[in-house]
Amino acid sequence: MSRRLLVISCGLIYFFLMLPLLVVFPISLSSAPYMQFPPPGLSWQWYERYLDDPQWIDATWRSLYIGGATAIFALMLGVPLAFALVRGRFFGRVLIDRLALAPVIVPTIILSVAVYGLFAKLKLIGTWYGLTIAHTVLALPFVVLVIVAGLRDFDRSLEQAAEGLGANRRRTLMRVTLPLLRPSLVSAGLLAFISSFDEVVVALFLAGANMTLPKKMFDNILMEIDPTIAAVSVMQILLVSIVLVLIGRFGRGLKDSAR
Amino acid sequence: MRSRGFLPALPALILLFVFFLFPVVRMLGFSLEGGTFDWYAKALGEQLYLRVFWNTFEIALLVTFFCLLLGYPLGFLMATTTPFWATVGFIFVLLPLWTSVLVRTYAWMVLLGRNGVFNRMLIEGGVITDPIPLLHNFTGVLIGMVHVLLPYMVLPIYGAVRKVDPAIPAAAAGLGASSFAIFRRIYLPLTLNGIFAGSVLVFVLSLGFFITPALLGGGRVMMIAVLIEQQVREALNWPFAAALSAVLLVFTFAVYALAQRFTRTETEAAR
Amino acid sequence: MSAGGGSADLLIEGVGKRYGDVVALDHVSLQVAQGELLTILGPSGSGKTTLLKVVAGFETPAGGTVKVGGVEITSLPPAKRDIGMVFQNYALFPHLSVAANVAFPLEMRNVAKSEIATRVAEALAMVELKGYEARLPRQLSGGQQQRVALARAIVFNPRLLLLDEPFGALDRKLRETMQLEVRRLQRRLGLTTIFITHDQEEALVLSDRIAVMNKGTIQQIATTTEIYERPANDFVADFVGESNILHGTMSAPGIVMLDGGRTLQVRGDKAVGAKVGVLMRPERFAPSGANVFGGEVIESVYLGTSFKLRLACDGGLELLVRQPARGTLPAAGTRVTVGIEPESIHVF
Repeated sequence: MSRRLLVISCGLIYFFLMLPLLVVFPISLSSAPYMQFPPPGLSWQWYERYLDDPQWIDATWRSLYIGGATAIFALMLGVPLAFALVRGRFFGRVLIDRLALAPVIVPTIILSVAVYGLFAKLKLIGTWYGLTIAHTVLALPFVVLVIVAGLRDFDRSLEQAAEGLGANRRRTLMRVTLPLLRPSLVSAGLLAFISSFDEVVVALFLAGANMTLPKKMFDNILMEIDPTIAAVSVMQILLVSIVLVLIGRFGRGLKDSAR
Repeated sequence: MRSRGFLPALPALILLFVFFLFPVVRMLGFSLEGGTFDWYAKALGEQLYLRVFWNTFEIALLVTFFCLLLGYPLGFLMATTTPFWATVGFIFVLLPLWTSVLVRTYAWMVLLGRNGVFNRMLIEGGVITDPIPLLHNFTGVLIGMVHVLLPYMVLPIYGAVRKVDPAIPAAAAGLGASSFAIFRRIYLPLTLNGIFAGSVLVFVLSLGFFITPALLGGGRVMMIAVLIEQQVREALNWPFAAALSAVLLVFTFAVYALAQRFTRTETEAAR
Repeated sequence: MSAGGGSADLLIEGVGKRYGDVVALDHVSLQVAQGELLTILGPSGSGKTTLLKVVAGFETPAGGTVKVGGVEITSLPPAKRDIGMVFQNYALFPHLSVAANVAFPLEMRNVAKSEIATRVAEALAMVELKGYEARLPRQLSGGQQQRVALARAIVFNPRLLLLDEPFGALDRKLRETMQLEVRRLQRRLGLTTIFITHDQEEALVLSDRIAVMNKGTIQQIATTTEIYERPANDFVADFVGESNILHGTMSAPGIVMLDGGRTLQVRGDKAVGAKVGVLMRPERFAPSGANVFGGEVIESVYLGTSFKLRLACDGGLELLVRQPARGTLPAAGTRVTVGIEPESIHVF
């Protein structure tokens, strides 16, 4: 039966997809002093090393607050932009639509180098706000895509109903439109956060001496294969899983956003 | 036509102009330093650099091919199975997608290295005596990139298969079509849009890829993005980096423009 | 109550609206009296929904005026109009409970909390939804959602009630119950109401008067019986009810010469020589009458209470006839004779 063949081959492909994620768990718990697989015994030593190293902890905090700030800025700018794109009628709307999505189309290396050139002039290298600005540019397309999709599906008769029942524009927005858009807002914010929290290339250029978590990981991987990375990776995977669960619970369905 | 609803777009537009459009245009301007096209002549004329472009192109094509090969069955299965298994399938696709590229690249280094998991297992199993080189070469980069980009292929294909009314393949089966005939005559033509969208996305993302070739290539597999980084950070040769960027950008946009043209005529024909 | 003598509660004068090249409303004028239920009946694309949107304030007309109680509201935003509206899909706020949905218009009017509670309770009691306050709209059946929408539209004592095809999504039985309930509630509250539908049966059941619309213009405004018995033109005659519509010329007082050549005895005061339309409702035919038609049955259907026959009459005339279901259904090919009295024929 060809369906069985399909299921078996998909099982193998899923294995290929999940393998790298699975392999870091045993390594992070290895008792060996260096990379060894399978691990000879179990220990928490690599997690302890991560938690005891102020450099790792610093980098983690920095990535968390830059991610948070990016999510806030991207929402503050992206949500009004999405409203304008879906509901506005003005000259150049299509062009602006393209521009808003361009940061994901233009290769990140080009954006990184270009912003690096500008920020070096403006002395913004190594500042958290410089990196936040660049990450906001990169996160904007995610926010716009998710909110535009949410607004397209939005039943406008609900807003008309609110207005007909006596709500002015501001109250319609606050009481009806935004509450109904909340799943999209949650998804957009979390996606913006992850896109910043995971971002390496821009950080490589702009972070300077103030490491973000991905930059610190990149440098460590380049220099040595140290199982501390595995411990950090496990925590990163867990964090992403939590965020995905949050999106599933409170956000717009993940399957919807694939369409 | 009267213009309305433009104002909310303004703050985001300012951000995009000042911190995206302006810096990119400014940098590309460096490539014309001295008012000549010398840097372009170097990028597109010298054997060494042409090789890098060709490499990049070749890898991007292969990555796209393998992603399609692996991605179609996944997207197809997810779209045609029960909601429960579809959700499970989604988790297994999205979890890797949102896991840091670094984590995944690191894991592949652990798996593929000289003393890595694969070589250990093969040696201990007596299949080989000397480790086979899987890392710091073409193969390693290819495996890593296919892994990173596979979800981008799966999602559009899933979407396309979902759009096929299940009554259509059922009707075909009722009319005597075999599973293979149903796939070839029904699903394939009806999901061409998804295949196309996924392939374009994966191809374009491959062209500008940096992290995986930088780490898994170990300096031996040169792609444009890696070359640009080296020119800026090591050689401090901004004009040349700018020229390379311009060429990469033109390639990228050309692929997109071509794709847009195709999909537009197709959707218009569908109406 | 406004003073009698034809003073209208809602007055629409010369309202026009076009989308690009499409004329949605072409100088539409109508009046609705205090407490009256006027139905706007028309096929989709006739402009009825556009007209409703103009009254509700979601569309600005290109010309003309809309007055409620003598006050012009043509360019007032919807929020300031005090008009209750029930939408086609109800447009209940999915994130708010039943009680919060009904309380919404009162909150927007800054009504005191305690008063909101009593008025919401009253409104929900009126639509028989006591005990459902805390439910979300999606936890209700279609009929219950409809009641919530109705309660929400009347809770703030609107000047006007607009109903936009509200029964379309309900099954036949529920629809009939809801129609009667809406009608009762509207009478009890004395609300001036505009009801929009494309369903002529519904229009006949519910309305005081009906305005038939087509292609952006009002074809006829009249009471339900008037519309059915004495339609103003082909469109109205054809759109409302089953009909046999023929054309001809008044050849003598009380005589129409049909285009096919045969003559009919009719009533009416059309001048001799005038081109006229003739309407004969299928159920007005009897076994005999002043005008007799002989013909062959080409199609016969049994409808429970009646037979529906399609007759090919002599002279190429085709007639639709309904007869009480008595005896056996005439088979196709049978020859039958039917008649109709002059006063059962409407000439227009």
